[in-house]
Amino acid sequence: MRLHLQFQSLRETTPMEYAKRFLFGGIVTLTATLIADHYGPIIGGLFLAFPGIFPGGISLVEKHKIERERDAGKQGIRSARGEAAVEATGASIGALGLAAFALTLWKGLASGHALIPVLICAGAAWTATSWAGWWFREKM
Amino acid sequence: MHLLLRFIIGGIVVSLFAVLGDLIKPESLGGVFAAAPTIALATIVLTVHKQGAGYVAIEGRSMIAGAIAFVLYASAVSFVLMRYRTKSLATAASLMIVWFATAAGLWAIWLRG
Repeated sequence: MRLHLQFQSLRETTPMEYAKRFLFGGIVTLTATLIADHYGPIIGGLFLAFPGIFPGGISLVEKHKIERERDAGKQGIRSARGEAAVEATGASIGALGLAAFALTLWKGLASGHALIPVLICAGAAWTATSWAGWWFREKM
Repeated sequence: MHLLLRFIIGGIVVSLFAVLGDLIKPESLGGVFAAAPTIALATIVLTVHKQGAGYVAIEGRSMIAGAIAFVLYASAVSFVLMRYRTKSLATAASLMIVWFATAAGLWAIWLRG
């Protein structure tokens, strides 16, 4: 399928859903910080890759798909859950990118490089790995 | 005060990546943004300022284990949803045990030493 931006999907999300995302994002970040403060960086680092908002995210995908199907006069629950499964597959590819981000961060900072260049390289590693993983899966 | 700042930055970063994930189609590519390094991006600069780069380097090593756990967790969620078409929120929440078990296992065999 061709890559494109679908601005209509932004209108499907209600202000309350945007507020919940912000709230959960803040809570997950705060929790990760408190765990690191209490248990140290080894345990704390695990939670930098904690999928805290993922269940809420795919639940929204399912809900919005059901609403679209209902508007089209269909039931759509099975296909909505199928779409949520596709979103989860994408997340598993993104998580490979997350591992590449973490590896770059670890090696870069441990070698004494400055934070900003390391962060830029880590971001590039996430993007390249995720994109390559997605492209490879699409071609399979 | 720094906790409030982290809460606000975390909320903003997570929301931005979620919007990107909504915008980008096909769904499989949008899903990639569900595993963006949001928490790390929201916290790393402040943590380096407070604890130093060595501390964040250690966090980065552990984050690899967390990310591997995320790969297995998201794959399990995808498989169960595709195979059984169960409710996505309940499926993703109940399978969170996969993330915790994998992360704990990797901590025990790799990070703890």
